[in-house]
Amino acid sequence: MAELSAARASPRITACGLLRALPPIGRYVLRGGPLVMAAAGSALGLAISPTVCRSWVNMNRAALCLGPDEHLLLGPDALEIAGVLEPALRDLPHSLVDVSHRQTALEISGPHAAVALNAGCPLDLDRAAFPIGMCTRTVLAKAEIVLWRTGEDLFHIEVWRSFAAYVSRFLDEAAREVAF
Amino acid sequence: MLLIECPYCGERPELEFVYGGQAHIARPQNAPDLSAQAWSDYLYQRDNTKGIHAERWRHTHGCGRFFNALRDTTTDHFIAIYKVGEAAPAALKTRKVAL
Amino acid sequence: MNGALRVDAGGRINRARPLRFTFDGHELTGFEGDTLASALLANGVHLVGRSFKYHRPRGILAAGSEEPNALVAVRRDDARYTPNLRATQVELYDGLEAHSQNRWPSLSFDIGAVNDLLSPFIPAGFYYKTFMWPRSAWKSLYEPRIRAAAGLGESPTQADPDRYSNRYVHCDVLVVGAGPAGLAAASAAADVGARVILCDEQSELGGSLLGEPDGARAPQIEGERASAWLTQTIDTLTRNPRVSLLPRTTAFGYFPHNLVGLNQRLTDHLANPHPDSPRERQWQVRAQEVVLATGAIERPLVFPGNDRPGILLAAAARTYVNRYGVIPGSRAVVITACDEAYRAALDLHDAGVFIATIADVRAQAYGPLAERARRAGLPVQTLTTLVGTSGRLRVNAVQLARIGDDGKVIDGVQTMPCDLVLMSGGFTPSVHLFSQSRGKLAWDDKAQSFVPAQSAERVRSAGSCRGTFALAAVLEDGASAGSAAAGDAGFANTARRPAVPAADPAIGAYAGALPQPGESTGHKAFIDWQNDVTTRDLALATREGFRSIEHIKRYTTTGMATDQGKTSNLNALGFVSRQLDKPIPEVGLTTFRMPYTPVTFGAFAGFARGDLFDPTRTTPTHDWAARNGAVFEDVSLWKRARYFPRNGEAMHAAVARECLAVRKGCGIFDASTLGKIEVVGKDAVTFMNRMYVNAWTSLAVGRSRYGVLLRDDGFIYDDGVVARTAEDRFHVTTTTGGAARVLAMMEDFVQTEWPDLSVWLTSTTEQWAVIAVQGPHARRVLEGLVEGIDISAQAMPHMSVAPGRICGVPMLLFRVSFTGELGFEVNVPADFGLAVWEAIHAAGQQHGITPYGTEAMHVLRAEKGYIIVGQETDGTVTPDDAGLAWAIGKSKPDFVGKRSLQRPAMAAADRKQLVGLFTADSQVVLDEGTQVMLERDQRPPVRPLGHVTSSYYSPVLSRSIALALVAGGRARMGEALYVSTPNGDVPVQVTSPVFYDSEGARLNG
Repeated sequence: MAELSAARASPRITACGLLRALPPIGRYVLRGGPLVMAAAGSALGLAISPTVCRSWVNMNRAALCLGPDEHLLLGPDALEIAGVLEPALRDLPHSLVDVSHRQTALEISGPHAAVALNAGCPLDLDRAAFPIGMCTRTVLAKAEIVLWRTGEDLFHIEVWRSFAAYVSRFLDEAAREVAF
Repeated sequence: MLLIECPYCGERPELEFVYGGQAHIARPQNAPDLSAQAWSDYLYQRDNTKGIHAERWRHTHGCGRFFNALRDTTTDHFIAIYKVGEAAPAALKTRKVAL
Repeated sequence: MNGALRVDAGGRINRARPLRFTFDGHELTGFEGDTLASALLANGVHLVGRSFKYHRPRGILAAGSEEPNALVAVRRDDARYTPNLRATQVELYDGLEAHSQNRWPSLSFDIGAVNDLLSPFIPAGFYYKTFMWPRSAWKSLYEPRIRAAAGLGESPTQADPDRYSNRYVHCDVLVVGAGPAGLAAASAAADVGARVILCDEQSELGGSLLGEPDGARAPQIEGERASAWLTQTIDTLTRNPRVSLLPRTTAFGYFPHNLVGLNQRLTDHLANPHPDSPRERQWQVRAQEVVLATGAIERPLVFPGNDRPGILLAAAARTYVNRYGVIPGSRAVVITACDEAYRAALDLHDAGVFIATIADVRAQAYGPLAERARRAGLPVQTLTTLVGTSGRLRVNAVQLARIGDDGKVIDGVQTMPCDLVLMSGGFTPSVHLFSQSRGKLAWDDKAQSFVPAQSAERVRSAGSCRGTFALAAVLEDGASAGSAAAGDAGFANTARRPAVPAADPAIGAYAGALPQPGESTGHKAFIDWQNDVTTRDLALATREGFRSIEHIKRYTTTGMATDQGKTSNLNALGFVSRQLDKPIPEVGLTTFRMPYTPVTFGAFAGFARGDLFDPTRTTPTHDWAARNGAVFEDVSLWKRARYFPRNGEAMHAAVARECLAVRKGCGIFDASTLGKIEVVGKDAVTFMNRMYVNAWTSLAVGRSRYGVLLRDDGFIYDDGVVARTAEDRFHVTTTTGGAARVLAMMEDFVQTEWPDLSVWLTSTTEQWAVIAVQGPHARRVLEGLVEGIDISAQAMPHMSVAPGRICGVPMLLFRVSFTGELGFEVNVPADFGLAVWEAIHAAGQQHGITPYGTEAMHVLRAEKGYIIVGQETDGTVTPDDAGLAWAIGKSKPDFVGKRSLQRPAMAAADRKQLVGLFTADSQVVLDEGTQVMLERDQRPPVRPLGHVTSSYYSPVLSRSIALALVAGGRARMGEALYVSTPNGDVPVQVTSPVFYDSEGARLNG
């Protein structure tokens, strides 16, 4: 039978000067207590802890702590993450769910990135209040997003796939007027 | 729009939260054996407090956690925030608001 | 007219940049820096509008946002037509087109002015007393006529084409008002490193300093002219990257926890706005600390005929002379209860205006300003009141009278010709925002005003908005408020004291009507200009027994116009206080509400319009459906394909074809929008047992079951197929619209009621694309595509689930049916959804595979009597009502809703139960929602037995079918009932809700 797995067709999103769609990656939601997080961290090579709104990055893997018992794990390949984690967590009560296709990623960059985000995101994005490495679920206008500051003027946005078009259109529109 | 201090994430705007009604109303363990009156009280009876009110919030668009808060309904000021399962700070809860 | 009424030099207008504009079609000229009001005055135009109720000629009263009279419309084109703008806030641009309002046929001859003559017949409360009956006439006759006659401007006739923006922002210190107090506060806070936002409603920062004279008579700050201090202060603030300066920005509302709404006007002052620029931006500022430096508004005086064009607030006249270089008249009479009017008289005198007299209602006028006026040779009359004015379209004379020592007016009137009257009743601190912040106000007898007393938020007031008027004191007050605010926000508190010479304080204020002789002059004395409320209206209200100011306000409408009573509230209070012989604090104060000045709808809508009004959620196959001609319908935020018309088919034809294709061959349907929740953990089965009515312990891995979820009140909340994919893992599906609320309800129980359970919930709605393949040929279509699963009837019976692969990608395959036919639902990771759909569609061609939409899905499930939550249920339907009692796990000790199902009422025989209805005429399709009745053509009141919940034409049965909730319905099988239709009541027969294949044989095909 025809092999279709090669091409992941992410939702269509428009891009403007500030915004770009990131290629597909693997994603897992890991839920569990501190022991689970510690075991997962050592398996993945990430010094993760249950510190909400913090992230850890090692090579092309990342863990985003979104809640006291919740991490969003990102990596180039979902199967590889599962392959590493399943043996490590076998005897610990936890939940590991593949959400690679549930959401998609956008990146917004440049000196106006925070201002454009603040058109719809009610958080204080000053570097003191939202430092590099901070991540959180929040809202962007009428959509829920995960916002992760990966650089001074660089934000990674995770958004459920059916909201991606709205989020990119919204940021596109917001970016049009940051100069005024 | 209120500014609410999530016990896990810190101060966040009300947009990220969903109100959860009065706090400390536990679902009875023995629900099927409860009298009609007791079940009705659990389902429908709530305080309508003028003053300090213990209430539930969920940081839905944040960490997703439920937590409890004491809020003065006459000023909207939060007096205390505490996690699910913790007792309401007693001295504060009984404090009457001078009006 | 050539705009010649100007002083030769000075002011903040740019005489090198003349600007052309029109007012009611007349071509006029002004200068860059003018407002429409100042430009009109410079052209000698005082008549700018007609009043709301009496259509009286009205002019410009003020120079700022408090203007109640000079409301105009500004037109750029048919879509960009903005009514009800205050001419005092409209900045002039080249080509500006302004129109007066509420007049016909013209401003100087207005038919509606007959209302002024009829005014004895239209007092306060006149609507309530007169238009009482017939009741039906209110909507059809009275209200439209009243609205046409009384009113403000007209709406634009086309949709607003402009863009509006929103911005959330945080700061340490928000300073509202950029007058001397606000500038001092912002500077003090910025100096210690605080993040500061300073906003002001005017086009320039500076507040009252903008209306001060420059040159020799300029006030001094820190040893230099105020204008130089202003330039330097703004310069320093501009260079500070932690400071945002926002001119043309009104703080319109103060919301809990120091959230302040700002409305910034970005393009209204521009002749040619940039197409990318929003017209307005709404700022939602969350400030650690707020400093209110909102200033004070001069209070008019209340005397007969006080509303004629040419009668201005004294400080406004001063602003017109000093800021705009406009000479607002040639011969002025000043009437005052406040020293500040002398300052205005002096400035106008310097500009060449003849000051006929300064009439002071007080017994003495000996302040430094009064002395200066006397030294300048200006005539001053104390204990003098104003008892009347004349002049049809502009004031031409006033009548003055002496006040005796007893406070009564002495007979004998002095008529004094003039073309300008300046009045001052003192200054009312602008406490609107402070009051909106729930701060408590206190009455200040000296200022005859309410001033901020106790803050409820982290807010301070500084300067004249708290009754501090002298410039030196205002600057000091602002600086210390700014320092303290920064200190409380975590920065150093270093109070800064600018060195300022003592200035003249504003002394004197008056609230209420000026003393008048016993007999009425017959002229109206206005308290509220914009709503045309006079002293007589307020007197009538108190005579009729109104005591509370809140009631008097509503009865007379005083203070209820778009200006929110900025110029009228204190005079109304003072007048009522005297009528009731009660001190003002006991009369009370009406509530200040947002917005401070009107805000456009566009600013509130912001980005949320057009395709950004709401997210539009689409499934992975959306583009394919669109390419194949699908007609979509909205299901919550989703777009779902409703049907796929071919060759111009109408909906019913397309739906019939799609239904028959599923029944006879094979259909393909996108079910991706169904909610999905992954329930994982060693206690997952316990959780499911407690949550759903069903028994889950017996569900084997690889099997699925139809689950019913109740609320604890026992009524159906949601439903869906639940599969067990591992011992500790359930794949739960929900309705499309219920996905979010079901997850929220489950989270509530997991986190707060059953924290002992080791179970976690994760939404996987969008992880999976779900492709339903339904119909007798479904297996044949999939056989060649599925890898790793035996999908034969024996190996994969109805309600089984298996992981495998399809087209090389991972799949979770459900053998499940919402059509009553042999069916599968292919779940693949969403990014592969479109490719797999296309592959199935291609493979199905030889079996006549037909894409079908939600409409056919509805018909197919209704033929089988499957309910849809929200259609067959409405929050009052139990599982038994819906015929789902079989799903309940009877031996479970508890589940959500179990206790409520035990209530006797939940088992009553006359509960509304789900039944089917066959119309006697098989081709009549009933309307959904129609009532079901026991008898035909009953007379009201009719007590219906129930209602139709679903109704369709069934192609496979070649007749109509309907589902209905009918009282005691299951005991009425075969009974004849009646359902109303547009053509009268029609008979129906009660039948089983399962219309097709009632034994379910086709499911197992």
